Amino acid sequence: MLLCTIFIILLLTGITAGLLIKSWHIIEKIPLSELLFSDDWRPLSGKFGFLPFIISSVWVTMVALLLAIPACLLTAIYLTQYAHRRLLRIMRPVIDILAGIPSVVYGLWGVLVIVPLVSHFLVPLFGGTQNTGYCIFSGAIVLAVMIIPFIINILIEIFKAIPEELTEASLSLGATHWETIKYVILRKAWPGIISAFGLGLSRAFGETMAVLMVVGNVIKIPTGIFQPGYPLPALIANNYGEMLSIDIYDSALMFAALLLFIIVLIFNMLSRLIIIKLEVT
Amino acid sequence: MNKWKKIEESFFKFLMLITTYSIISVLLIILLTILYKGLPSLSFEMLTQIPKDGYYFGREGGILNAITGSLYLSLGATFLSLIIGLPVALFMNVHLVKCSKIVNSIRFILDLLWGVPSIVYGAFGFSVMILIGLKTSLLAGIITMTLLILPIMIRAIDEVLRTVPIGLYESALSLGSTRSETAFKIFFRQCIPGIVTAILLSFGRAIGDAASVLFTTGYTDYIPRSIMEPAATLPLSIFFQLGSPVPEVKGRAYASALILTIIILLISILARILTSKFNKK
Amino acid sequence: MITVIIGPSGCGKTSFLKCLNRMVELYEDAKITGKIFINNEDILHSNDDVANIRKKMGLLAQRPYPLPMNIYNNVAYGLKISGRKNKAMLYKRVEHYLRIVGLWEEVKDRLKEPASRLSIGQQQRLCLARGLAVDPNIILADEPTSALDPLSSQIIEQKFIELKKNYTIIIVTHNLQQAKRIADYVLVMNQGEISEEGTASELFKTGLIQRMEKIFT
Repeated sequence: MLLCTIFIILLLTGITAGLLIKSWHIIEKIPLSELLFSDDWRPLSGKFGFLPFIISSVWVTMVALLLAIPACLLTAIYLTQYAHRRLLRIMRPVIDILAGIPSVVYGLWGVLVIVPLVSHFLVPLFGGTQNTGYCIFSGAIVLAVMIIPFIINILIEIFKAIPEELTEASLSLGATHWETIKYVILRKAWPGIISAFGLGLSRAFGETMAVLMVVGNVIKIPTGIFQPGYPLPALIANNYGEMLSIDIYDSALMFAALLLFIIVLIFNMLSRLIIIKLEVT
Repeated sequence: MNKWKKIEESFFKFLMLITTYSIISVLLIILLTILYKGLPSLSFEMLTQIPKDGYYFGREGGILNAITGSLYLSLGATFLSLIIGLPVALFMNVHLVKCSKIVNSIRFILDLLWGVPSIVYGAFGFSVMILIGLKTSLLAGIITMTLLILPIMIRAIDEVLRTVPIGLYESALSLGSTRSETAFKIFFRQCIPGIVTAILLSFGRAIGDAASVLFTTGYTDYIPRSIMEPAATLPLSIFFQLGSPVPEVKGRAYASALILTIIILLISILARILTSKFNKK
Repeated sequence: MITVIIGPSGCGKTSFLKCLNRMVELYEDAKITGKIFINNEDILHSNDDVANIRKKMGLLAQRPYPLPMNIYNNVAYGLKISGRKNKAMLYKRVEHYLRIVGLWEEVKDRLKEPASRLSIGQQQRLCLARGLAVDPNIILADEPTSALDPLSSQIIEQKFIELKKNYTIIIVTHNLQQAKRIADYVLVMNQGEISEEGTASELFKTGLIQRMEKIFT
């Protein structure tokens, strides 16, 4: 039993060490500043600038989060403050199933529904030129739908943990229910809300297959949400295994994985620490 | 003044109502899309044959390779993670129950591991494979998938064990073997539904994940005869066959998506029934 | 005047209080029937806004629940909600009510600090000031001293006695000694019903304490 537990703890350090060793090859050869801030990606000539992938990842994640934040907050507030308990009982399995649908199935749905929708309606609506629909925005919509159940679940727990007496205190001072939510409940829940979105962000940042299937995968720094992008996870998924013949390419992809791992870990850690602190007080 | 307060509240309530019901309708749209595309392709041959003339171009055959591959992989990984995970969870809740600091740090690490993107597990698993000279195979896939679902398995069992008064069991243990036996029986009976739910959750995650098996399990037209052979999986069956120009091949992707979704739905319903049973006790 | 409601736990004291300020409406499985009259107005079937009805009743809970904001805003909250924006006037009112509860000297230099940093006893007095600030006629208090140390409890009791000239005060308690110290009128509740009522002096003279001890055990 002790062995198993030690194994678990070693796993985290193991992953870090493994990825670091594997990507050391490229970190040694190319300065970190060039890896992170150059947009020159020509593996065959030994040029590895990750900027297009990093920027794409940031775009997709941010737009997805922007779409998810209002939806999550409104729904979680409605379910915990206004809605009949019966609706919450209906929503629980809905959220569970949405959270359980595999990412490839989301990707398939994106290809069948979202991509045509973006191509035929949204792009013309915003005056864009003809477009395949495989773009940052499609990726962000699919991603938003994927992280919404995950975030709502956390938010519901956070709103439920706020003592009822606090609501009663505000109401007894003549505030309406909405004012109570605005000035008291949201303020009380604020750290929890931040960490819920932090966890959602790291979930979105690492999501691979669903985004990969709808985002277009063109190596270029995107300048608008209707342009194709090429996020980091997609880079790894599309090229790994094929590139073993070029030693440094292999290392470059491991570097991408390391980058992903570190960013996700940091956001996860911060959010979880906030939640733990909340539980203590 | 008061009138504006009312208008503001009704406006936001209206928005909340809309987002809540949109989330329900998004789930319905996803399920209907999968059903609409998948049902026409679903047939007896689809479920009982492997693809003929290559999975990417062959018009004939079904997805038996992916169904069996996915089942082998997920069952193997779930079994393995249960064998490692159950002792860890027991260890945390029985032996370490008094050192809550250590237990909480282990929980923290597990939560972090749970948040690591599956593509990172895939890349890590792949480099471990290379290191120990393992080829793309069912075994490599099972190992990687085990690492991926282990944190979920342990945390889910851990949450169950936390709610059972283990101190009672321990004091019974000190009273002699006959009593400890009955106590163990009672203890186990209390936990069984929760542990089964944990197994279901892990299995659901394992069968739906694609990014981690992409480079480790590979893809093949055949049913694996040993764990050293590569295997097809349902998520990858969707991913690879969706891009084909041949309509029949696309049909196989849709059928895979439908089957995968049905499995996830069944798991989610079963888990819900079990949880409500567990909570009643 | 101070009316004290006493009775064993689970007899419906808190629920009764929550009917008075219509907080029961927050609970889906609760249902109220009947009528509650305040100044000849049936507050359960009134055309007036619920928020206005509740404003007329200050509420003091078992434990202090300061709002998640600073000390000043805790008291100013109710005033701001009802639309008073004049800063100088707000400040005056806040000072006035903090003085009434005897908190002003202790907090006047730290008004911008979060209210959660005060001691529990101070927080409870802050909650009282917050309730008084919206100018209620009635104060409802649900075991307001059960979480406090003896000294803080004494201060709160003292405040109630000072305030009873200007307010109708209803206190729920299971502390018989406290009831004896502060009550003018007593309601005894048991299993959801009022089993006894009368002026405090009368009831305590006829051996209420002995009767209550029987009910409690």
